[in-house]
Amino acid sequence: MKTRRTFLFGSVIAGFLALGASAYAMVQINAAGATFPAAIYQKWFEKFKTAHPDDQINYQAIGSGGGVRQLTEGTVDFGASDFPLTDEQIAKITKYHVLHFPTVMGGVVPTYNVEGVSTDLKFTGQLLADIFSAKISKWNDAEIAKVNPGVKLPSTDIVVVHRSEGSGTTFVFTDFLSTVSPDWKNKIGKGPTVSWPSGLGAKGNEGVAGQVKQTPGAIGYVELFYAIQNKMPFGAVQNQAGKFLKASLESVTEAAAGAAKSMPADFRVSIVNAPGANAYPLSTFTWLLIPDSIPDAGKKKAIVEFLHWMLTTGQNDAAPLSYAPLPKSVIAKEEAQIAKIH
Amino acid sequence: MGNTAAVVAPSPGGARRFLKRLQDGDEIAHMLTLIFAASVLLIAVLLVYELWIHSSESRQRFGFNFFFTQTWDPNSGQFGALPYIYGTIVTSVLALLISVPLGVGAAIFLAELAPARVSNMLTFLVELLAAVPSVIYGLLAIFSLVPLLRTYIEPGLKATLGFLPMFQGPIYGIGFLAAGLILAIMTFPFIISISREALLEVPREQREAALALGATKWESTWQVVVPYAKLGIMGSIFLALARALGETMAVTMVIGNDPRIKASLFAPGYTIAAVIANEFSEAVNGLHQSALIELGLVLFLLTMILNAGARLLIIATTKKGSSRE
Repeated sequence: MKTRRTFLFGSVIAGFLALGASAYAMVQINAAGATFPAAIYQKWFEKFKTAHPDDQINYQAIGSGGGVRQLTEGTVDFGASDFPLTDEQIAKITKYHVLHFPTVMGGVVPTYNVEGVSTDLKFTGQLLADIFSAKISKWNDAEIAKVNPGVKLPSTDIVVVHRSEGSGTTFVFTDFLSTVSPDWKNKIGKGPTVSWPSGLGAKGNEGVAGQVKQTPGAIGYVELFYAIQNKMPFGAVQNQAGKFLKASLESVTEAAAGAAKSMPADFRVSIVNAPGANAYPLSTFTWLLIPDSIPDAGKKKAIVEFLHWMLTTGQNDAAPLSYAPLPKSVIAKEEAQIAKIH
Repeated sequence: MGNTAAVVAPSPGGARRFLKRLQDGDEIAHMLTLIFAASVLLIAVLLVYELWIHSSESRQRFGFNFFFTQTWDPNSGQFGALPYIYGTIVTSVLALLISVPLGVGAAIFLAELAPARVSNMLTFLVELLAAVPSVIYGLLAIFSLVPLLRTYIEPGLKATLGFLPMFQGPIYGIGFLAAGLILAIMTFPFIISISREALLEVPREQREAALALGATKWESTWQVVVPYAKLGIMGSIFLALARALGETMAVTMVIGNDPRIKASLFAPGYTIAAVIANEFSEAVNGLHQSALIELGLVLFLLTMILNAGARLLIIATTKKGSSRE
C-alpha cells in the first residue's frame, strides 16, 4: 500500500517536471492593459503563437490604468493603454524608457434617443460641449436647430448619459471637447474619468447604449466598433475642416494620416480634431507600451518579431473586427522606432 | 480548559495529564480551532492595515475634509467622500425600510402560520433567491424595474406625494429609489431565511404557555415567539445591512453613478462600493487610487458604525416593548 502511494506521488512529481521541461523552451511573455483593443490583441497573440509556436504572449485586459500600474511595478513585460503616458508617469519608470507603439485606431460616436427624429443629427464640437455640460437642456434649443435645418426637434429635456467607469472612450471624448471648447478645458478637462457636470453614468458601451435606448431624450457616446457591430444609429460630427462626418473606419484612419505630418517622434499624440477634409474628429490611437531595454534575449526577440508582424500582416485583422487600421505613414515611422529596442 | 492546563503544566502530574489530553485530541482540537478563530481577527486587522497604508497619500492631503467635501474630480486632484457616503446610507436605509417589515412578516408567516408543505416549498424558493448572483438582479432591475419606475411608479409618487422634497425633480427611472428597491429585493431572502430559522428555534413550551394563559394565536406569536427569537431576527437584519452596504454590481447598474447629494429619491446618486469598482482599474494617478482606497476604509468604518447603530436601535426598541408587557 505504502509503496503504491509513493509510486503515485513520484509519478505526479515527474509529470510536473516534464511539464516544466516542455515550458522551458517556450518564451512566456505577460502583458496587461486596455480593454478597448482586447479583442484584436487576443486574436493577434493567438495568430502570432500559431506562426511562432515557441512564443506565448498572455494578455490581460484589466484596463489602461491597471496596465500602466503593472508596467510601472515591473510585473508585466509590456503594457497597453488607450491614452499616452504623461511625462510624470514616464519618469516613474526608472529601469528603462517606455516606447509608445500605436497598434490600431478607434472612434467615438454620439448616440441619442430623440422622439420623432429619424434622420442622423449633426453636432459641432461646441454643441456637444454645451450639451454635455448642461448649458443646452432642451432638444429644440436654437443652437441644435441651427446645425440641423429642416429637422423637427421636440421640446424634450436632454438627458446626458456618460461612462461610469474610467475608460479610454471617455478620455477621447473629453479630449475632443477640451480641444474645441476652452470653457470645457478650464472647468472639466480631459481624462479617463472626469467630474461630469450632469447626467447619468452607465457601465461600458453596452450600458451607455442601453440607457440611451431606454431613456427618452437621452444622448451618450460609444465606441465606433460597438456602434458598427450592433448596427446602432449615430450622429455626425463636424471636423476641423468644417465638414460634418459620420464616423467610419476610413475616416478614422484618415484622422491619423492627417495628424501624421506633425507626429512627435515618441507617438504620444492626440489625434482628435485632426486636419484633413475627411478626418473624423473623435479618433484615437491605442498604444502598446514597450520597454526600450529588454535584458532577456528570448523575450526581446519575440517582442520585436511581434511588433514587425503586427505592423504588417496583423493590420489586415483590424477592419474585420471593426478597428481602423494604421495609415502607411505611421507604420513606416513605427518600424523605425523598433530599432530603439535593445 | 486550555488555561487550566497551562497553569498546572509545571507539576509533573499536570504534565502527564496534559500529555494524556494531547493524546486524546482535546488540546489539539482546542488549539486548531483557536487558530481558525484567530485567523478571522487577523484578516480583519490586515484588511484595515492595508487600507490604512495605501490610503496615506489621500489621508495626508485631505485629512478630515475628505468626509465633508463634495467634489470628486480626478483632473484637479480634488476628492471628497460625502456624496458617496450619502448615497450608500440612503440606498441601504431605504432597502432595509422596505425589506425588514416584509421579510420579518414573511418569516412569521412561514414559521408560525403557514401549513408545513407551503412553508417548505416557499422556504426552498426563498433560499434559491438568496443564491442568485447580483448581476442578475441588476439586469432584472434595468429591464423591468427601471421602466416600471419611470413610466408608472415615479410619476405616480410625484403626482400624489410631490409636495415632499424626496419625490420631486426630473424622472429618469434610475436613481436612489431604483437602487434602494433592488437592494430591498436582494436583502429580502436573507431576512426571511434567517428569521424563519430563529422563529422555528423557539421552544414549543413558550407557545403553549402563552396559549394556556389565554393568548390568541397571534398574541402568542407577536408577544412571545417573536421577542424570544429577537437575537436571530436582529442577526438577519445585520446581514441584510452588510449586503446592502457592500453591494456593488446591481447598484452601479441602476443608481446613475452621479456623485451629487440630492434630496430627491428620483435623482441619480452614487455609492462607495460602486465608485471603487468603476474607477479603480483606470485610476492612473496615485492620489486618485489612494482616495479610492480611503473610500474602502470609509466603507469599513461606515459598516461598523451602522451595525453598532442598528444594534443599539433594536435593543432600545425591544426593551421598550418588554417593559410594556
